[in-house]
Amino acid sequence: MVQRRSLLDIVPHFILALGVIIIAFPVYIAFVASTWDAATISNGQMPLWPGPHFLENYYRTIFIGTAKTTREPVGIMMLNSFVMAMCIAIGKIAISLISAFAVVYFRFPFRMAAFWTIFITLMLPVEVRIYPTYKIVADLRLLDTYAGLTIPLIASATATLLFRQFFMTVPDELVEASRIDGAGPMKFFVDTLVPLSITSVAAMFVIQFIYGWNQYLWPLLITTSDNMQTIVIGIKKMIVTQDALTEWQIAMATAVLAMLPPVIVVVAMQKLFVKGLTETEK
Amino acid sequence: MEKRVTFNGRLLPYMLLAPQLLITLVFFYWPAGQAVWQSFLIEDAFGLSTQFVWFENYQILLSKPDYYRTLAITLTFSALVAFLSLSLALLLAVQADKHIKFASGYKTMLIWPYAVAPAIAGVLWLFMFQPSLGLVSHAIRALGVDWNPVLNPDHAFTLVVMAATWKKIAYNFLFFLAGLQAIPKSVIEASAIDGASPMRRFWTITFPLLSPTTFFLLVVNVVYVFFETFGIIDATTGGGPAKATQTLVYKVYHDGKLGADLGGSAAQSVILMLIVIGLTAIQFRYVEKKVQY
Amino acid sequence: MNNVHLRKVGKIYAGGVEALRDIAFDIPDGAFCVLVGPSGCGKSTLLRMVAGLETITSGEISIGDRAVNDLDPSERDIAMVFQNYALYPHMSVYDNMAYGLRNRKTPKPEIEARVQEAARILEIGHLLDRKPRQLSGGQRQRVAMGRAIVRKPRVFLFDEPLSNLDAKLRIQMRVEIKKLQRTLGITSIYVTHDQLEAMTLADMLVVMNKGNIEQVGPPLQLYERPETVFVAGFIGAPPMNLIELPEGGVAGLALENRPVAPVIVGIRPEHFELAPVGTPAPLGISMQITAIEMVGAETYLYGALDGRGREVIVRVAGKAEQQIGERVTAVAERHNLHFFDPATGRRLAVS
Ligand SMILES: Nc1ncnc2c1ncn2[C@@H]1O[C@H](COP(=O)(O)OP(=O)(O)OP(=O)(O)O)[C@@H](O)[C@H]1O
Ligand SMILES: [Mg+2]
Repeated sequence: MVQRRSLLDIVPHFILALGVIIIAFPVYIAFVASTWDAATISNGQMPLWPGPHFLENYYRTIFIGTAKTTREPVGIMMLNSFVMAMCIAIGKIAISLISAFAVVYFRFPFRMAAFWTIFITLMLPVEVRIYPTYKIVADLRLLDTYAGLTIPLIASATATLLFRQFFMTVPDELVEASRIDGAGPMKFFVDTLVPLSITSVAAMFVIQFIYGWNQYLWPLLITTSDNMQTIVIGIKKMIVTQDALTEWQIAMATAVLAMLPPVIVVVAMQKLFVKGLTETEK
Repeated sequence: MEKRVTFNGRLLPYMLLAPQLLITLVFFYWPAGQAVWQSFLIEDAFGLSTQFVWFENYQILLSKPDYYRTLAITLTFSALVAFLSLSLALLLAVQADKHIKFASGYKTMLIWPYAVAPAIAGVLWLFMFQPSLGLVSHAIRALGVDWNPVLNPDHAFTLVVMAATWKKIAYNFLFFLAGLQAIPKSVIEASAIDGASPMRRFWTITFPLLSPTTFFLLVVNVVYVFFETFGIIDATTGGGPAKATQTLVYKVYHDGKLGADLGGSAAQSVILMLIVIGLTAIQFRYVEKKVQY
Repeated sequence: MNNVHLRKVGKIYAGGVEALRDIAFDIPDGAFCVLVGPSGCGKSTLLRMVAGLETITSGEISIGDRAVNDLDPSERDIAMVFQNYALYPHMSVYDNMAYGLRNRKTPKPEIEARVQEAARILEIGHLLDRKPRQLSGGQRQRVAMGRAIVRKPRVFLFDEPLSNLDAKLRIQMRVEIKKLQRTLGITSIYVTHDQLEAMTLADMLVVMNKGNIEQVGPPLQLYERPETVFVAGFIGAPPMNLIELPEGGVAGLALENRPVAPVIVGIRPEHFELAPVGTPAPLGISMQITAIEMVGAETYLYGALDGRGREVIVRVAGKAEQQIGERVTAVAERHNLHFFDPATGRRLAVS
């Protein structure tokens, strides 16, 4: 279509720029707050530009922690979050790949039953079975462990469905060629199917890493000891209703640190992220 | 659809499925079953004996005005967030779909909040609207409004709605943009030749063609408010003040933490499960495509 | 001896579709056997049963005098070229060819030597590091051939390997495949539904129809002496004219020594000759031209017999002077006539 450029384009540019600013504003404010000292923030006169305490605040956040509330260095929390996110993402991908492989490439009694068993978990988010699940994890003595934090979350109907959908598009002739070339099922899986799925796997990884990193309710229930805390839980504990105790500059530095890894993943792997998101949901 | 070519193997497929099935059975089905079972039991005050009471827990729950208030809050919350974040996202997506400079730059700068944890989103907004030191609070005060989300239920609710909307725009934007890009350009061009004004073109052609996406997003947004805003609420208001920001999920968590009424808490969980099943059923049109069996 | 025996082979798919019935023939060592027939007749099914990709419902298949019914595809010592090539998209050309050898624990230097040799024969040496998606259709086809060659199998199996290529390339590759098979001397089974491809490639042609074998033999024999109406109509282009003669005969067609019972008489377009009206001949027809197809070296006249309007095709050499609507007479020699029983479709021995 013929576009009458420039003049008409101002409107979309204006709307989009405004959108970008509004979306970014809360994060910008958090960043600014993380560069000022406690006094400047708490008297309510914080300027709109960064202050001189960037290094000091981030150093304290990462290696020391807040003085009055959590007392755990945020570095440890980030490590916990990272371990949790990686375990969840890799675990989900691994078990979903093999389940999808079984459902698509084999015929066996109760195949559909198995498929539906996995599928129906879509209808059982952790939020609706909080306490019974907590109790099972407690009975298994998995409270305050990485296993308890991650294993109950790595079943994934979404990933299984995505991989199943992808496997269905792999030409049958590749299986036949592999069989003629002397490859059994597992060899076909490892040599051919998984390498072919690499984009789907990467897309899934982006989505699930973010999912894992951002977990809140589950770690809140499962972790009690300070050294098992994740950063998303940790920040909440830094903020207390009696304002006097809250060290906002540290809390905001923590917020920035908590956002950084998943945001970097999304921005750096934007294509994969969009693919992963739109393909799993639709 | 089924594969024509398959492998033989008796034990192998079961071994491949075992990890996933084991986890779903232990951590999904067993607890869900437990919840259903417990919702039919009442424990005496000392936890010494339990009694099977059929639907009494549900009767008790549904006779409390408190529960309906929470339900109403959850529904209002859903409606507001869905409406606000869908309309804003659509507005932005329509602009980003135009062939303008920096379109992909705008896209990147609009989608990243997807990666922000709900709890962190809550903290960001809490800080801006914090009554004594929040930047925006000061601005609002300057306008003569006595802003205080810590004490004022309406203010608290507004805060939670804003944070939840902010967080969901990225997701909706992305799907709207994908939906817009899937509309064949020739259809739009045909309507332009037919002399429709851009506004009219949008409402008579683009918007109807987007309706599957809109419908899908509507359901997703409702699910989001019901189940994923827990972090936002816990980080900003803790359900208060006076339970004004308490959703159904938050109530399950909160009541359960007190630990007094196991049966009642289980009944709440079961009702939530039914809601999820209902929402999933509504979404079935889309799920069907995925399953194809 | 790498001959292939099929003994009373039958196939019933799950769900009850009977795809093949009592298939029996032998392919001698080193022969190029082509399976040809219309779509859905069971060619691929039969080929895939030889490959071990489909189970054998009944009967026995043996390769080199060893029954292979219960062997895995990888144990049958066969190699296959698929219609869509089925190259591993994530592997280089080299790895595509080497994969099967590696799985068989062939020593590295041996693999290297065989791949290089195959690459030389197929002239794809410069492509070895590429991925399949960086290749043209013809190059992919060569890689698929290469993958089969390096294995030095007892039998090559091809399932319509050329049907994804454009017409010109198809002819070129057809010639190459034939040459290659001659040089390597490996027993081959080749599926196609293109009868021209079948005729030019085969030492031994198997015409199939609806899960049955119609006729087996050298291509020329099938052309010259089709045993059934189906083969008569299938082999040759344009196809043989098959005219059904009821007891009373038909107008526009004169046949000496006409059999009394109803028959189908077959005559190839190239065996007609135009003649003046009234020329005495074993077979004469009179028809009105409805269409003319000039293809350069020859011309096909399409016409309708005077009486019942049956379509007949007559070939004339060079350009034709005839016009549409014109009436012509064509004659044929006795030894070029074929007679078939309308009831069974089988060839009749009519003197
Ligand atoms: N997996 C299957 N299950 C059931 N029926 C099948 C299956 N595969 C093929 N058939 C049927 O068996 C018959 C023969 O199929 P086959 O693929 O061998 O035909 P073909 O001669 O190769 O045809 P084409 O030239 O179209 O490739 C057909 O009627 C087909 O519908
Ligand atoms: Mg076929």
